[in-house]
Amino acid sequence: MPPNSRSSLWDLLSAGDRWSGRSLLGVDASVALGDLVQGSSLGGRIEELSGRSVLVTTKDQLTAALACIELDGIARRLVLCPPDLAPEHIPFVTKTAAVDAVVSDSPAPEAGAPDVGCFVTCSPRIAPADASRNGRERTEWVLLTSGTSGLPKMVAHSLTALTGAMVGAKPPETPVIWSTFYDIRRYGGMQIFLRALLGGASLVLSSAHESVGDFLIRAGASGVTHISGTPSHWFRALMSPSARQIAPRYVRLSGEIATQAILDNLRAFYHEAKIVHAFASTEAGVAFEVGDGLMGFPASLIGQGGGEVEMKVEDGSLRIRSARIALRYLGGQTEVIADQDGFVDTGDMVELRGDRYYFVGRRDGTINVGGLKVHPEEVEAVINRHPGVQMSLVRARKNPITGSIVIADIVAKSEPGAAGVPVQTDAVKNEILETCRRALAAHKVPTVIRFVPSLPVSPSGKLARFNA
Amino acid sequence: MSVRSTIITQFEQVIKEQNKQVPTLSDDLVLLESDLDSLCFAIIVARLEDALGVDPFSAAEDVDFPVTLKDFIKFYEDAAK
Repeated sequence: MPPNSRSSLWDLLSAGDRWSGRSLLGVDASVALGDLVQGSSLGGRIEELSGRSVLVTTKDQLTAALACIELDGIARRLVLCPPDLAPEHIPFVTKTAAVDAVVSDSPAPEAGAPDVGCFVTCSPRIAPADASRNGRERTEWVLLTSGTSGLPKMVAHSLTALTGAMVGAKPPETPVIWSTFYDIRRYGGMQIFLRALLGGASLVLSSAHESVGDFLIRAGASGVTHISGTPSHWFRALMSPSARQIAPRYVRLSGEIATQAILDNLRAFYHEAKIVHAFASTEAGVAFEVGDGLMGFPASLIGQGGGEVEMKVEDGSLRIRSARIALRYLGGQTEVIADQDGFVDTGDMVELRGDRYYFVGRRDGTINVGGLKVHPEEVEAVINRHPGVQMSLVRARKNPITGSIVIADIVAKSEPGAAGVPVQTDAVKNEILETCRRALAAHKVPTVIRFVPSLPVSPSGKLARFNA
Repeated sequence: MSVRSTIITQFEQVIKEQNKQVPTLSDDLVLLESDLDSLCFAIIVARLEDALGVDPFSAAEDVDFPVTLKDFIKFYEDAAK
């Protein structure tokens, strides 16, 4: 049944009894969906959460998943905290999303949790509860992504948009068991969560506290048939002695640019599997999937009108228009998701070579290190604090393991009285690196520092960030 | 410097820089079961490309990825031939 804008996740699961015979499998506990129909992970307290803006801040993905299933259609808004959300950003998130209830898997509010008067504990131990559900909310789902200012960007979606890529999918002929290396509170993981729920599958959830090897053993023991992750996740999987513990029929890559090397290696390793790489972003939704085993995407995808997703290339970047794009950003920012024609500028620069487009970087210079965004300005600000630095440019260098790594080009200051000779010693480099290590997360610290005589500047006087 | 010693030096350097706890760099060390994360491998691979002029992870086709340190060294020795 195609979801319409009035159907909640619960309605969609109830249509045609999609509850029975499948489970959500976490690292410490599992829940049969059939049990959820007769009970509640929230102690039956969904009435209290009716019409509220609910912050879902659980340690475990399983409890977050259960809360989403129960609260879609009941809560006004579900704000999903990713596991790495910095505690100091919680007040900002709470205020921006007008949060008036908190769902957590702790028995009581922990230090730093917002005090909004309504606190509900979510547990994988399903308690018997009255199954009546009276809410008819069109719940807004809020996913967080990293913003340039350091504060998270809060992207609001409807369930209809989030499930847009699953509409019309044929039910599988043989049972499907999904898994993902992603956290389901990120867009990529959320897609797999919803895909599994609406596609009649079970889902094996990952855990940040579990090694890649242990996760693969658990996924294999559960008979996973479909599995998704970033190219970085897949590199780690292929270097694990447990890589052969899974025998998937379908392997999906998204979240970073898939290189030919990783596609070829996955095909060689899991030769029974269909290898698919997908392009999606939190704002633009799922745009396309490529299953021909080649990196990039066919040029024929561009300019096709009338389909569910329209794509065009303008000023070198990929633009997407579809019913899958996000509703808006929360908060008072002026930034809009789509232009007046409804196209989202992904900021991903593409280049046409032959009959295929290839991704060549980000217009704003944002660097994706294994799925973690790095804004070059933040790193440059730290580097520029060093007294020996005149200016710096932080940029991406391609890397097979994490997609990109951070490198820095530095124009050194001349020592006073040294006849204009800039000081470019290893000692200066090491001092700069030490400053970066103290001030920045490990993935933001430049891997390589180079001294250069000058840096490219655009006609507007800004550092030229994009150089494909 | 041999491929082996270049690799060992880079591992030692990155372990130190990233404050990782890796007991000994023995041949049978299972790389993913060490404390080294994706970022550590990304840095090691980038620096080895600069030092040895090869990046077998980007070039590899139909070759199993290295699991142990011994595999890793052979992966680079084969690529550098």
